[in-house]
Amino acid sequence: MKHYEVEILDAKTKDKLCFLDKVEPNATIGEIKSMFHRSHPQFYPARQSIRLDPKGKSLKDEDVLQHLPVGTTATFYFRDLGAQISWVTVFLTEYAGPLVIYLMFYFRVPFIYAPKYDFTTSKHWVVHLACMCHSFHYVKRLLETLFVHRFSHGTMPLRNIFKNCTYYWGFAAWMAYYINHPLYTPPIYGEQQVKLALIIFLFCQIGNFSIHIALRNLRPPGSKTRKIPYPTKNPFTWIFLLVSCPNYTYELGSWLGFTLMTQCLPVAFFTMVGFIQMTVWAKGKHRSYLKEFRDYPTLRSPILPFVL
Amino acid sequence: MASGEEDGSLEEKENNNKKRAKSAIATAWLTFYNIAMTAGWLVLAVAMIRFYLQKGTHKGLYKSISRTLKFFQTFALLEVGHCAIGIVRTSVIVTGVQVCSRIFMVWFVTNSIKQVQNEESVILFLVVWTLTEITRYSFYTFNLLNHLPYFIKWARYNMFIVMYPLGVIGELMTIYAALPHVRKSEMYSMRLPNKYNVSFDYYIFLIIIMLSYIPLFPQLFLHMLRQRRRVLHGEVIVEKDE
Repeated sequence: MKHYEVEILDAKTKDKLCFLDKVEPNATIGEIKSMFHRSHPQFYPARQSIRLDPKGKSLKDEDVLQHLPVGTTATFYFRDLGAQISWVTVFLTEYAGPLVIYLMFYFRVPFIYAPKYDFTTSKHWVVHLACMCHSFHYVKRLLETLFVHRFSHGTMPLRNIFKNCTYYWGFAAWMAYYINHPLYTPPIYGEQQVKLALIIFLFCQIGNFSIHIALRNLRPPGSKTRKIPYPTKNPFTWIFLLVSCPNYTYELGSWLGFTLMTQCLPVAFFTMVGFIQMTVWAKGKHRSYLKEFRDYPTLRSPILPFVL
Repeated sequence: MASGEEDGSLEEKENNNKKRAKSAIATAWLTFYNIAMTAGWLVLAVAMIRFYLQKGTHKGLYKSISRTLKFFQTFALLEVGHCAIGIVRTSVIVTGVQVCSRIFMVWFVTNSIKQVQNEESVILFLVVWTLTEITRYSFYTFNLLNHLPYFIKWARYNMFIVMYPLGVIGELMTIYAALPHVRKSEMYSMRLPNKYNVSFDYYIFLIIIMLSYIPLFPQLFLHMLRQRRRVLHGEVIVEKDE
């Protein structure tokens, strides 16, 4: 068996950073990253981007050395991705915040509203219902992060946690401030409006959860395989016939329900911003499905059936 | 010669012709746009000078040029579009921030808060904007026509060092002068309770805008400095990784 020699150069300065000899032909990029980490302890594997070309795409951890277009002396380029943080950590932090923050406004903790309102409760029953729905939503997200989702990537850049938490925590505070305000005005159409909103909200929460379960079952534990999702026996998954990312469709539906329930402009705003971001993600995911699978169903749209 | 090869090269030629036609239209439009904007700001400059020479005071100057200013400054929104569709190679965000801050000053400060129109700070930023825009648009025009005189390139990439800070001072002083009037009139503000369950205080909003100059101005200024080094001294700047 012929061994390979691997040299790793800095993608920007082209300096020789590392030379590995006697590398097995069936070594993976992941194993090479571990070897590089030994000589450069500050660059743990998660923050290494190894590529064939200084400006090219990152190679995957699973790629095998002998299957790459390199000679027996392989040259790779290294780019530092910056400090990394695990997806699970980011999700838990960004979801725990809104849960706690909303409750602080709900219980009217001091220094938010005028002192005479401290620790009082709202006289509108829709405010109590909204608190339950909002809390349920984020508890569901936390549990899904811990027990349901199977992540493709282990980590993301550290600065994302600041960006994401600002977004989630900021909006949660802004919405909660008005919904739990002593001068809150309940929905115009009263009980009818709130009941309809609750039905939409619950329907979409169940739908969203069904999709998450269906996606989890596509992927065996510990694997990173990608398969086309199809409708299952659960009617909530039949939307896969029309949409590539129904988890986002249901998420939009939940927040539309919450907007209707609270009749609060900041909630509408949050729903719209979330919708824009999810549409961008859905379009990207839809495009990768089309690229990867020749037989991808043509009837599907990224996020809204037939529309978007 | 196999027909397959012929088809291949014919398609390529068609694509190249399409690309050339598109870039010719883009160049023609941009040339027209930049000539029009140069002319517009020249008209503003002349109008301002004439007013001052005739009246000897700056009071009433803003009112006399406000319509022309609003027209040409608002038209600049097209520049964000140019970046978005790629016919101008600048960041959409940088252009967006610059144009939005101008639109904000013109429409939401000097236009709506009439009491600040006679402040000296308004004249300060008007003069700065006029000089900057005439230089910038004529730079783009000559560049597009491939006949750029060095002194215009020099002016475009050196004047900002003085103009930018002066402009910021003029704008900030104007917003500051507007604050008491906004507080008293409660303009653009909405209080609770209301059926949208939202509130907005324009006074606080203006203060937040003033504070936002602190992180934004250095970034825009440094961006111009980097451009200056690249254009005037041909230095290769290693951009930050994203």
